[in-house]
Amino acid sequence: MRGSLFRKNFLTALLLAPATLWLVVFLVLPFVAIAIFSVGERAPEGGYQAALTLAQYANLPARATAFWNTMVLAPVGALACLIVAYPVAYYLALRAPQRWRLILLALIVIPFWTSLLMRTYAWMYILGGRGIPALLAYVGIEDLRLINTPGAVLLGIVYGYLPLMILPIYVSLERLDRRLLEASADLGATPLSTFLGVTLRLSLPGVMTGFSLVMILLLGEYLIPTLLGGGKVFFIGNALVDLFLQSRNWPFGSAIAITLVAVSVVVLIVANRISTRLSGARRVDLI
Amino acid sequence: MRAFVVAVFAFLYLPIALVVLFSFNAGQHASEFTGFSAQWYGKALSNPFLVEALKNSLFIATTSALLAAVCGTAAALGLQRVGARMRALFDALLGAAIVVPGVVIGISTLVALVQLFAVVNPFLASLWPTDQPPRLALGYGSIIAAHGLFSMALVTMIVGTRLGSLDRNLVEASSDLYATPLTTFRSIVLPQIMPAMIAGFLLAFTFSFDDFIIAFFVAGAQTTLPIYVFASIRRGVTPEINAVATIVLAASVLLVLLAQSQLGRRKPSR
Repeated sequence: MRGSLFRKNFLTALLLAPATLWLVVFLVLPFVAIAIFSVGERAPEGGYQAALTLAQYANLPARATAFWNTMVLAPVGALACLIVAYPVAYYLALRAPQRWRLILLALIVIPFWTSLLMRTYAWMYILGGRGIPALLAYVGIEDLRLINTPGAVLLGIVYGYLPLMILPIYVSLERLDRRLLEASADLGATPLSTFLGVTLRLSLPGVMTGFSLVMILLLGEYLIPTLLGGGKVFFIGNALVDLFLQSRNWPFGSAIAITLVAVSVVVLIVANRISTRLSGARRVDLI
Repeated sequence: MRAFVVAVFAFLYLPIALVVLFSFNAGQHASEFTGFSAQWYGKALSNPFLVEALKNSLFIATTSALLAAVCGTAAALGLQRVGARMRALFDALLGAAIVVPGVVIGISTLVALVQLFAVVNPFLASLWPTDQPPRLALGYGSIIAAHGLFSMALVTMIVGTRLGSLDRNLVEASSDLYATPLTTFRSIVLPQIMPAMIAGFLLAFTFSFDDFIIAFFVAGAQTTLPIYVFASIRRGVTPEINAVATIVLAASVLLVLLAQSQLGRRKPSR
């Protein structure tokens, strides 16, 4: 008996060992490393020098612009995504013909899984001097600057993350019990109050999932502000690349990274609280 | 509302269509379309730096996705056999691997590996009998491992979901009929989770092939295709990049469709 129990546990350990090793060596240890680095000092020639100081954290305001841009554009971007995504998810889940539904859904998911670099590059092309501005000059509107503006970054955000917002909202609307909509109408509610009181209300967990996912990914965004913001709209991600690869101030970069993770965790916890309160928290498959 | 939805689909696909169209442009300029030609594909594929980057990306994506598919599936199977507390801890770590921003994964891996190499390399040198000791450095290995982290978490979740919906009666019936655990696994469990494994592999491959930010930090002296493309975009838009973008987009669409069709399979055809 004892032998078979041992064998059972041994097999379990064997199955979990590679994944555990991977998670520890490439997730837990690196995180511990940057936590240690964040209380250290920059070595004179760049890199890290051992110390125990909170100076790096006190220095965070030096990158206030990056934090400010990220903290404003991440929620605003997620909100813009939401405004565009909701009608699409609603149409797909409740209005689209049954046989088209899966095809349309696949068409939404495909861009999310293709290269964000390539898709953002497409917008550089359209917003750049030879794209829309050239067209506008043709009809007499000259010198309109589209690229390298916060607006371009916002557009890139909506474009890049829209699928990720549509999907969870679609899932929550698709699971909606249609009899509730009939019941609401039978009880004399107007279409608008049915929408607000039943449909929208019951899709709020999906909205929360989408919103927090997009928010968290945007907090670490680097490509969109770099390509469409042209070095004018700095995000935290840009500050990190600069600190680690250019100025080699690793301790300060680590402090920023730890702060970024802390903000993400807070966003996740708040989102979780809200969606638990909104009704049973549901898991949403992303693919 | 239908008009709005049509507009959103146009918004999603027009930029992509434009890049594809201009990749076939006969002219030099990025703005004027002067007729069809495949010349930029020829130019792109005869650029040795680009081909080298493409080969690197293919090698890294294949290796990390394979490792992720195997380790992730093993983990999903192992998680079926542990208690709730252990499972919750594992799920939290897997969730972290997916949710932590790529920038943070990139820099923390960089920092940890550089520190590790600083300890291990002198140690290796002291053990080595000749003057040319092996040196650990950033490169293929670090990119494969960092990509594999996210991918493995993804595979574990996909296969785990599939295992959750597995018909337990079949497993019990199989052992009632005196099949060994290995036979039960091979003929009942494996065929049912195979589509999820394949889908996980394909998505992992796509992720690794497309990833820029993690590789940017841990690549060391190596170049992957997204790193090459990023560098050339910063030098200025060229039709050659349109051709590369089209190839990459077409390849990822194909892989995602394959992955979706695998996930959609309810019953394995055997």
